Amino acid sequence: MKSLVLTNPAADDPWKRRRQQSLRWLVSLGGFAATIAMTFLGLLAITFVIGRVVPIDPVLAVVGDRAPQDVYDAVRAEMGLDSPLIVQFVQYVGAVISGDLGMAVTSQRPVAEELARVFPATLEMATLGILIGVLVGVPAGVLAAARQGSWIDQVIRVLGLAGYAIPAFWLGLVGLALFYANLRWVGGPGRIDIFMEGIVPSRTGLLLIDSMLSGDWAVFRSAWSHIILPATILGFFSLAYIARMTRSFMLEQLSQEYVITARVKGAPERVVIWRHAFRPIRIQLVTVIGLSFAQLLEGSVMIETVFSWPGIGNYLTNALLNADMNSVLGATLVIGAVFIGVNKVSDLLYRILDPRAR
Amino acid sequence: MMQLSHAWLVDENPETRFQAGAGQTYRMVRALLRNPLAVVGLVIIIGLLIVAAFAPVLAPYSPIESNLGARLLAPSADHWMGTDELGRDILSRIIHGARITLMIVLLVAVISAPVGLLVGTVAGYFGGWVDRVLMGLTDVFLSMPKLILALAFVAALGPGIENAVIAIAITTWPVYARIARAETLTFRNAEFISAIQMQGASHTRVILRHIMPLCLSSTIVRVTLDMAGIILTAAGLGFLGLGAQPPLPEWGAMISSGRAFILDQWWVATMPGFAIVIVSLGFCLFGDGLRDVLDPRNRTR
Repeated sequence: MKSLVLTNPAADDPWKRRRQQSLRWLVSLGGFAATIAMTFLGLLAITFVIGRVVPIDPVLAVVGDRAPQDVYDAVRAEMGLDSPLIVQFVQYVGAVISGDLGMAVTSQRPVAEELARVFPATLEMATLGILIGVLVGVPAGVLAAARQGSWIDQVIRVLGLAGYAIPAFWLGLVGLALFYANLRWVGGPGRIDIFMEGIVPSRTGLLLIDSMLSGDWAVFRSAWSHIILPATILGFFSLAYIARMTRSFMLEQLSQEYVITARVKGAPERVVIWRHAFRPIRIQLVTVIGLSFAQLLEGSVMIETVFSWPGIGNYLTNALLNADMNSVLGATLVIGAVFIGVNKVSDLLYRILDPRAR
Repeated sequence: MMQLSHAWLVDENPETRFQAGAGQTYRMVRALLRNPLAVVGLVIIIGLLIVAAFAPVLAPYSPIESNLGARLLAPSADHWMGTDELGRDILSRIIHGARITLMIVLLVAVISAPVGLLVGTVAGYFGGWVDRVLMGLTDVFLSMPKLILALAFVAALGPGIENAVIAIAITTWPVYARIARAETLTFRNAEFISAIQMQGASHTRVILRHIMPLCLSSTIVRVTLDMAGIILTAAGLGFLGLGAQPPLPEWGAMISSGRAFILDQWWVATMPGFAIVIVSLGFCLFGDGLRDVLDPRNRTR
């Protein structure tokens, strides 16, 4: 203890020590915020560059190819395309921060407005997907680790491989053919049966919650039958990943000496597994779940296209087919920002929750 | 003098560099063959190579020519996987599609792995601000959603296989850069590096001849493991109409064209999917086995 005091003069003053600690914490938070800012700026730079390499000349699109040179130059200046690239980039960042993503070419409405309209549909499906992934994946992973080599362990292994090897859009099509066309267990593509559209007032934009708030159970059932298949397929991919990670975290804990101590002490297996071994891995799981939620948002692009789900992924692929670059870049930006945001938040949560990472 | 025998290969005291290398390869192959799943993966990959190489011989029908009299036939003895909406034999198209898939994964690997290796080794070797700038760039790319980024790039560059390859390569290199940098840092200050430097070797020589070869094995493992993801992304781009263009028999595009008939003629969209799953699985299994042999630190349990 003596040497500790010698190396750290603040140790004798608890207040000073605490101040030092919180200062260090603040500095690391500041660095973290800087990383996030850099990442978002990087995302903006990428979408900016993509917007520049498009072979379509935006000026020609406005003036037409028979316009005289002076008209062309005037429009070019008006659009701000004659200023240096760095100035254009700063203007672009400023516009995005103020919520201006340009106009959608096909509908002539602001892209930001359209994205806000379609986003709840994606959020609803992704949330249900991650719920399935966590509620099934975590217990399955724990069981697989507790009974290594049992049938559940083998199933998890196969699922994990399948999650890597099966294309999501193909699984969606096969699911539609099987559960919708042949078995009639679920509703088809879209969010709800056509004749039920627009019955309940939109409060949250999440159909399941809106219909519950209105107490309209017929609408709820229809919405449920449409969302369950795409959400389960999305959830399957995060389930495969979450279960595999849970299994390997658990195996690591189960080989620790404190677990052996608990067993020697005579604690029941259930207590050893859930109270002793599972508790410390919860923090690691936060990161894993955050990561798979972000990936799930990305995966929803394919699933939404297959299921004609009116969310941001479907919006993106439609914009791609119409070569509507403003909408493509806007959707890319929003999905990218949410993806980065979720990743960084789970990273931050890990730092806050895990005493070792502080 | 040189006899290729078991004893010569596993000799504890190899006489030449060639013997040491051959012995190491021999041991690696033996370890790999002991893992049944890795062998399954290897068999699948070799099968893909054979199918791609001999596609015109193996395919019973033309992959491109349409035969409108034989539209949407169910799987039968004549057409093992049925026919599509233009009467083309699906099996023949899948066999020819193996060439496209193989070409895409090879091109992506050949472009992105060297780029990642170069960025990672240079960053790790020089350190300081070079490291910070290069790794900052890498991290920005690493934290982007890959598929979305590839989509946006193809949207800008225009649809087609070449652009799909470029777009996928742009999203895959950062992982290799991270791995190569981490490897480089472990022996950056090793004595053999200092020895070469004192002999007057240039930075270029040190990086290319002495650092990169040592980063190769972990990069190869990672590339093999990533192959499945690359195949899925390429198929996804094809499915969205952004990859290979019709009438090319690309598997993702084939699924997309079968989408309209999924409810009644299920085989059109389903069959190419099995090809994707089997090939991706092959790369996953082989990659896992390869990792256990080449990179024992990251062994899976």
